[in-house]
Amino acid sequence: MTHFILLAQQLDQIFVLAAHRLLSDLPAAIQPLCSAILSVAAIIIVFATLFAITTWLERKGLGRIQNRYGPNRVGPFGLLQPIADGIKSLTKEDIVPITADHVVHFLAPVLLVAASFLGYAVLPIGRNMVLVNLNAGVLYFFAIGSLMELAVFMAGWSSRSKYSLLGAMRAIAQMISYEVPLVLASIVVIMQAGSLSTVSIVDLQASYTEIWPHWFVFTPWGFAGFVLFMVAATAESNRSPFDLPEGESEIIAGYYTEYSGFKFALFFLGEYIGMFATSGMAITLFLGGWSAPFSFLAWVPSYVWFFAKLLAIISVFIWIRGTLPRLRMDQLMNLAWEFMLPMALLNLFTAGLWHFMAAGSLRWLVCSTMVVVPCILLSRGLKHKKKFQVRTYHYSE
Amino acid sequence: MVGEGILKGMAETARNFFGSYVSKDRLVTLQYPEQRDPRIERARSFPFLVYDGADWQQGMRCVACQICEKECPPKCIFIEKSKDKKPDATGKPQFYPATFNIDISVCMSCQICAEVCPFDAIKMDVVTDLSSADRFASLLLDRQRLAKSDQYYNSIHPTEAAAVDARRAAEQARQAAKAKAATEAKSAADAKLTAATQAQSETGGPR
Repeated sequence: MTHFILLAQQLDQIFVLAAHRLLSDLPAAIQPLCSAILSVAAIIIVFATLFAITTWLERKGLGRIQNRYGPNRVGPFGLLQPIADGIKSLTKEDIVPITADHVVHFLAPVLLVAASFLGYAVLPIGRNMVLVNLNAGVLYFFAIGSLMELAVFMAGWSSRSKYSLLGAMRAIAQMISYEVPLVLASIVVIMQAGSLSTVSIVDLQASYTEIWPHWFVFTPWGFAGFVLFMVAATAESNRSPFDLPEGESEIIAGYYTEYSGFKFALFFLGEYIGMFATSGMAITLFLGGWSAPFSFLAWVPSYVWFFAKLLAIISVFIWIRGTLPRLRMDQLMNLAWEFMLPMALLNLFTAGLWHFMAAGSLRWLVCSTMVVVPCILLSRGLKHKKKFQVRTYHYSE
Repeated sequence: MVGEGILKGMAETARNFFGSYVSKDRLVTLQYPEQRDPRIERARSFPFLVYDGADWQQGMRCVACQICEKECPPKCIFIEKSKDKKPDATGKPQFYPATFNIDISVCMSCQICAEVCPFDAIKMDVVTDLSSADRFASLLLDRQRLAKSDQYYNSIHPTEAAAVDARRAAEQARQAAKAKAATEAKSAADAKLTAATQAQSETGGPR
């Protein structure tokens, strides 16, 4: 039994130990630098591979949802499709509009990818597996997340095309609007954990009562926060049903209308990497990070749990994309400011009440009521508020 | 309740997702190059030249009359008439196309060439997989690439080809009968003429 536990622990720490072994031969002066480079390379490779797998998974999943096969030509089950796509986009002509601001036009996709990768620095993807344990990790993550808006605006502005500019403005309006509920929904966790460090937030959740974990999602305020966070994250990463900035079927590609070839692929990569990062943050904040869902499964390596949870969230993203139609611009804004913002603010009070009330069923009842009742009332109220006006046309009659 | 419709929709898509793995009836996609829908008989793509017999040069029905070239709306046919004549399938000496090119990148598949041809020499093909990496040479079909046998024509458009064959047979029979009648008339006239000359010699002829 002890052997087994020892083995499981070693398996859990296999990457950490391997990195130590690899770096131990180097002179001490350059060890920190090499350690950082090694971790960064690992993160880039792992999540770029995950991006490739996800594009395949998404096309397959959407295909099956629409009763199609999905890609099945390149390799077994179409598994080599991402490689084919990569080669295709690499060999395509890179068109830059003649009036574009060339430097900014070039930098925008680079910045987007760089910004989306920077967030992984504070994501604990396993026990002792975090690049930097910042004491303001969550704050850092959201600060880096807003860099993506800058990249979007750079893309729209530098293309010098009215479609790109309008698309960028829509995208930024959406991203800024949804950043508010995104951050407010995560504040409840920070309140409860009393820390901005992602590592200590996960450590706090990695304990068990009997077999049940102490994940924040299993509390009324945590559940509400998780749902709000995920909705905001969907909008933040421009995914369906909030994919107005891209709007494949209506506007051509929004802010990246004027991008082609590999730069276009970089935008794609950046968007997906950003989505994984936000999903990883949701896992860290609400779903217990790398901790196992039951105490008796704790022997499974921690990074396996992180990626299992990440893949589960990605699957739900794909499922949602295959189900919901696109929102209208006013619906999008109304959802952010009239429903999600009040709910997120109210959730702060719920979390506070939860903190000060004694543990027990009464606390559960009160806090659940504080989440459910406003949710129903708010959605009802918004439904009743809807008035249909008779539209008058001044010129066509 | 808020979100009820979303959950309903997600249940529906989940049913589709798992159902597509269980029942094959859901997947209506045809795996195109391997599987194909049965072709509609009257389908058409681009024109081709029909030849009788085994040798495409010998049996070419086309006599280079250039009607199709003149009628072609997008002007995608180019014909050069031969200097000499060669016997056609029935043995009658005919002109033949020294050059017969169709640019199928220009052709609009209107079938006018096939309709105006008095010799049933040009007909519509059904091949559709004509894509190639080369934009020019592989889409300019010369007479060798255009020539396809009468059997092929019968296999792709059986009804239409049967009518054409019947018409051609009737026409040939009519021609043969006409030729026969002509020869008969000629022999009769010859006989009459000999009889007349005979009678003339007997009577001593007109004075």
